Amino acid sequence: MGRYSGNRSAVEALIRPTQVHRDVYIDDEVFDLEMKHLFANTWVFVGHDSQVPNKGDYFATEIGRQPVLMARHSNGEVYVMHNRCPHKGTKIVIDREGNTGKFFRCPYHAWSFKTDGCLLAIPLKKGYKDTGLEESEAAKGLAPVGAVKNYRGFIFARLNAEGPGFEEFFGDSLSSIDNMVDRSPEGRLEVAGPPLRYMHQCNWKMLVENQTDTCHPMVAHESSAGTAVKLWESLEKPEGTKKPMAMEVIAPFMSPYEFFEEMGIRTWPNGHGHTGVHHSIHSDYSAIPGYFEQMVEAHGEERAKEILGENRHNTVYFPNIMIKGPIQQLRIFIPLAANKTLVESYIYRLVGAPDMLLQRTAMYNRLINAPTSVVGHDDLEMYERAQEGLHSDGLEWVNVQRLYVEGEDMDETAVENGTTERQMRNQFHAWKKYMTMTMETAQ
Amino acid sequence: MTFPSRDDLIDFVYEEARMIDDGRFDEWLDLWTEDGYYWMPLDYKQEDPHLVTSLLYEDEFLRKLRVERLKGERTFSQKPKSRCHHVLSRPFVDEMDRDNGLFVTHTPLHYVETRLDEQFMLAANARHELVLVDDELKIRLKRVDLLNSDAAFGNIQLFV
Ligand code: FES
Ligand SMILES: [Fe+2]
Repeated sequence: MGRYSGNRSAVEALIRPTQVHRDVYIDDEVFDLEMKHLFANTWVFVGHDSQVPNKGDYFATEIGRQPVLMARHSNGEVYVMHNRCPHKGTKIVIDREGNTGKFFRCPYHAWSFKTDGCLLAIPLKKGYKDTGLEESEAAKGLAPVGAVKNYRGFIFARLNAEGPGFEEFFGDSLSSIDNMVDRSPEGRLEVAGPPLRYMHQCNWKMLVENQTDTCHPMVAHESSAGTAVKLWESLEKPEGTKKPMAMEVIAPFMSPYEFFEEMGIRTWPNGHGHTGVHHSIHSDYSAIPGYFEQMVEAHGEERAKEILGENRHNTVYFPNIMIKGPIQQLRIFIPLAANKTLVESYIYRLVGAPDMLLQRTAMYNRLINAPTSVVGHDDLEMYERAQEGLHSDGLEWVNVQRLYVEGEDMDETAVENGTTERQMRNQFHAWKKYMTMTMETAQ
Repeated sequence: MTFPSRDDLIDFVYEEARMIDDGRFDEWLDLWTEDGYYWMPLDYKQEDPHLVTSLLYEDEFLRKLRVERLKGERTFSQKPKSRCHHVLSRPFVDEMDRDNGLFVTHTPLHYVETRLDEQFMLAANARHELVLVDDELKIRLKRVDLLNSDAAFGNIQLFV
């Protein structure tokens, strides 16, 4: 038994109603337990099915620290399996994506597998005659993950064979994915180009928390958004001049506290939640010519207004993605170590909608979330200085108390003031649940 | 009208890099045409700056924003400030189109950026599309292709 491994009560004690212990961010043993339990018990985003449009297409990624690949099989379905040859362990897929034709062929000794993972052939097979290979786990082919779900194009997987069902885990939070997809006149998204890849020397949960941290934009982003607002004013354009798209994207980060308070935060059970219940930083973008008409054509006026009237800001899908419905962006926070996180930011095309929408989305991605972004720079600086600061022995606990209400019930959906830290508490509530779900109870 | 010589073009590219390394960013802003773009694609050989993500695609307003931000009191990621260092190989002059007043150079370069205890190096190719505005060379497009544009980076804060 370590300090935390094999010690369920020590893990539980890291989470208090209004505080979390710093070890959830900096302790290597806690991180290992997250990979073993949290990322195996929860439904984790793998990729979008438009990344593998054709039979034989594959995409390689990780769930927690587990190398996995998703592939489009000959029956048209997307399969997710461990990216590990059952022979000697070589990764079956070495590049990030491609097309493998009808089967995968291991680059080491050429065992081959169908695109659903089943073993297809072994060279010089007679060498295994009467060895009992058929009984071995190697003969089963590429190990599948525990469960896979394709929800409107978004592929999620659960590593463990047993665990919460997909609908049970996400519940009403799926309404944010629905809204993002419904914004396409054809009800379909397509990935647009490769993702931004941004390395962070900090714990992955700092990034997830930041997605609903509405008290930092006007502070940490004053240097970018505040400067943009001042710069625009200093240009003294005539009254009524249309703001450039970049200003529409960046200026709302400088909105006052009241704006964020009034936008509202909704939390759902199991650690999911979103900012921007009533309005958001995406609400006041100018209309793109022709788009509304297409939506009316596709959905009818009432429904079109309903879809476009929803302007959720950031929706967190616990444990490690965030989506922005109004601009069709998805960010995944891939944990690499307690103090190392890879952030990938994807954008999607609304199939059938005007290109101008995708242009704004691509602009948002590079202005806000690129390693070259003036907004991203200050966020990363905060995370990395926090990762260092947490090593101080002056205090051991991190405070998540803003707008805490005694006895709050995270199994209830709730809508609250947009500056509450309830969603962070909600995440830690879920963290504790899925961390300990598969741990032995203390004797 | 006097046309720039090959040496003028090459000197321009070197001088631009030196301005950045010296931190003379206001002067650097004056090197551009009003409609000029500073582009750093995300994908090697990317053709489209609009409908897929780039690392940078900055017009005059965004270039100014970057420079103004670097001066700010509350620019936390620049406390202390980053410094950078370019090593250029001699620019190739790819085009000297006097009829259209367009001059294009191609420059392989190494870029080093440092702050606190961190230092990293990038290898890149820069393409400058230069035009004459009132007899002065200005940048209409600077395209920087990072050799490893598909790699995961930490903060890249100055100008490659
Ligand atoms: S390791 Fe894959 S075939 Fe041997
Ligand atoms: Fe931020």
